[in-house]
Amino acid sequence: MPPAPLLALHQLVKNYGGVRALRGVDFNLHAGEVHALLGENGAGKSTLIKVVTGAHQPNGGTITLAGQCVADLTPATARALGIACIYQQPALFPDLTVAENLALRLESTSAASRIDWAARRARAKELLARIGAEISPEAEVSSLSMPEQQLVEIACALGSGARIVIMDEPTASLTQKEQHLLFAVVRDLRKNGVGVIYISHRLEEIFALADRVTVLRDGQSVGTHAVSDIDEAGLIRLMVGREVAQIYPAAESAPGHAVALSLRDVGCHVSGVRNVSFEVRAGEIFGLGGLVGAGRTELARILFGLTPADSGEITLHGQPLTLRSPQDAVAHGIAYVPEDRRRHGVVLALPIAHNMTMAIHRRFFPTTWLRFGAERTLALDFIRDLAVKCSGPDAPGSSLSGGNQQKVSLARWLATKPKLLILDEPTQGVDVGAKSEIHKIVRRLAKEGLAVILISSDLPEVIGMSDRIGVMGGGTLRAILPGGSDPHDVMAAALGTTGKSAA
Amino acid sequence: MKRYFRELSVLGALAAVLFGMAIFAPAFFSPQPLLSLLTREAPTLIVACGMACVIITRQIDISVGSMFSVCSVCAGLLAARGWPLLLVLPASILLGAGLGAINGLLIAGLRLPSIVVTLATMVTLRQGLNLVRQGEFVNLPDSLQWFGLSQRSGQLVLVGASLAFLVALALAMRHLAAGRFVYAVGTDAEAARLAGIRPQLVTFLVFVFIGALTGLAAMMNLAQSPQVQPLSGAGLELKVIAAVVVGGVAISGGRGNLWGAFAGLLLLACVSPALTHLHIEAYWEKAIQGAIILLAVVADGLRSRKAKR
Repeated sequence: MPPAPLLALHQLVKNYGGVRALRGVDFNLHAGEVHALLGENGAGKSTLIKVVTGAHQPNGGTITLAGQCVADLTPATARALGIACIYQQPALFPDLTVAENLALRLESTSAASRIDWAARRARAKELLARIGAEISPEAEVSSLSMPEQQLVEIACALGSGARIVIMDEPTASLTQKEQHLLFAVVRDLRKNGVGVIYISHRLEEIFALADRVTVLRDGQSVGTHAVSDIDEAGLIRLMVGREVAQIYPAAESAPGHAVALSLRDVGCHVSGVRNVSFEVRAGEIFGLGGLVGAGRTELARILFGLTPADSGEITLHGQPLTLRSPQDAVAHGIAYVPEDRRRHGVVLALPIAHNMTMAIHRRFFPTTWLRFGAERTLALDFIRDLAVKCSGPDAPGSSLSGGNQQKVSLARWLATKPKLLILDEPTQGVDVGAKSEIHKIVRRLAKEGLAVILISSDLPEVIGMSDRIGVMGGGTLRAILPGGSDPHDVMAAALGTTGKSAA
Repeated sequence: MKRYFRELSVLGALAAVLFGMAIFAPAFFSPQPLLSLLTREAPTLIVACGMACVIITRQIDISVGSMFSVCSVCAGLLAARGWPLLLVLPASILLGAGLGAINGLLIAGLRLPSIVVTLATMVTLRQGLNLVRQGEFVNLPDSLQWFGLSQRSGQLVLVGASLAFLVALALAMRHLAAGRFVYAVGTDAEAARLAGIRPQLVTFLVFVFIGALTGLAAMMNLAQSPQVQPLSGAGLELKVIAAVVVGGVAISGGRGNLWGAFAGLLLLACVSPALTHLHIEAYWEKAIQGAIILLAVVADGLRSRKAKR
């Protein structure tokens, strides 16, 4: 019988309110193994990590560490048991030096004890040398690049004697050279008997590095395979799996022929978007698919003037635009319903009516003297039109459910009578009922001749709702596919592979 | 009702104090001392209106005391040179607005924290003024005294003007789009930006606004005394911030209104005359004012903790 795995998860369940993020996941990790975790956005990868690192408590199932069942895992006990996690965004103290940061995690001294600075520096130096990082222990973390900070995190994991290291998209911000360095470190960890859980969207990394791969889909594990037994097409098939359910309202009319928005070679150095060209016609829903970090929100921010483009041309109804600020975008009839509605879409402390008129003050109140009666009428109209469930226009945004907040955020921008509506993850975290209502609203808006860009990480949504789908990856547009395309093709384009089975 | 609970509770406290005075020291309500009290507080009220706007935008301006001194002295010097009131008044307001614009440029333009910027301008202006004036007083021409009116009419003008301004600004904050912008920026600057509002512009203008109001308040103060000393604004910032915070304007921005700030100001201003009338030693004044501020802050803290649960 083989030795007990380092980490074994059995039938792990995690619910957030009514949302079932993990619904009975089995997963195990052996010593000296790199086990890749793969899945679409929202498949449950981050939840799994949060449970394993003790950040969240599971609602069911067991976690077994080296044969011992652990209940009540907290971040502190997880660390004590040798679980270390390297996040995409390193969680270091920017104003302290590398050595101090390492000491904070690794030394367990009381507040009164004297600090042995020489030993501290020596230890930091040794740890950094072990992973081949050319970083001075005396450097302040704020002066390090993102990948360097990641290396410090790895040094930290190493120093804590971690037996299980979790890496969440570690290569997302690394250069080629740094990637190779990182791979060498991972292989070194494996040789030393450490178990590595490796999360990445880049299939080639998984094939280069991992021993086994587990695919998550909708909070369930849909298969664990040795990397040598599976190919890219097989992995994509596992990730996508299901059929696109027929719950999306059908297009009621074909999009018109008039080109509303046209992008030619649009790029922005700061946000990493390059050479994006496409056209959206009036009455068309243009989906933007891709994985997290593909550059979709960045593109939306360009179109809304938040991070202005530094190359290329944008025209709206034939008129060339310079979009240097949100005011420019609003003036030209571009509306952007942002991704994080609780944070940016709705000002929770303000009443619904205020939220709805926030973007149209100049037009709605020509004398700048607010007309409360007109504001109320407008709010009531939208509440009825979009079926916002609320106690009235004076109710604060915070009293609404997620779906209804999204409708308020949408109403704010519909009130501007836009020519182009950009929706960024409009149904994220929204319950099923409200989701289908939002879908119907979007369809109706398109029918009325609005050009819509729909950004969504929900693959069935983007496929079911869009007339055409632009698939992004690595800051550029990888493919434009027709609506209702095979999900495998979309996923393959997003991953940047040819998707052999689809070809 | 529930929405304005905080303002109403300050008003309730004020009413309780006034009621207590009516029973134990009815002399408090004789018209002339009351008018004098309101006259003394009129400049503070004007600055408090500006401070409320600044704090609602989630900023703070602790340089108002120094700006007040600088405006007072400069306006006094101009008046002493024989400038007519109709020129000195706008000059003082413009000077204040200019000083506020410096704060605003540093805070909104360079995105520096307002507490540090205004601390720096507070010290710079105060010490600069000391250096130039060497503590010398400016004797004001008689024509400036009560704007050349009788004392009683002068007092009525000052109190009337400050109250009218309060009402106008309170209405503007509620009924003008600009007021909405101030609240939106203070609640969530990024959300406001995504709604097409320019948070940095709003922030800049709010600092210019409080500067201009400080210049106006300096003039209202000059009218009350025969001479002006370079330290005339010392401590004004604390008084004003205290009034605004006691009045329920959240230091975290986005919440509160001018009525509350007004009630807070009156509550704190009543302490000193109340003590006099009750024959309690004046040393207690600061202690009691401090206790009121503490009470207000603790009440806010408890409320927000309750809201989070």
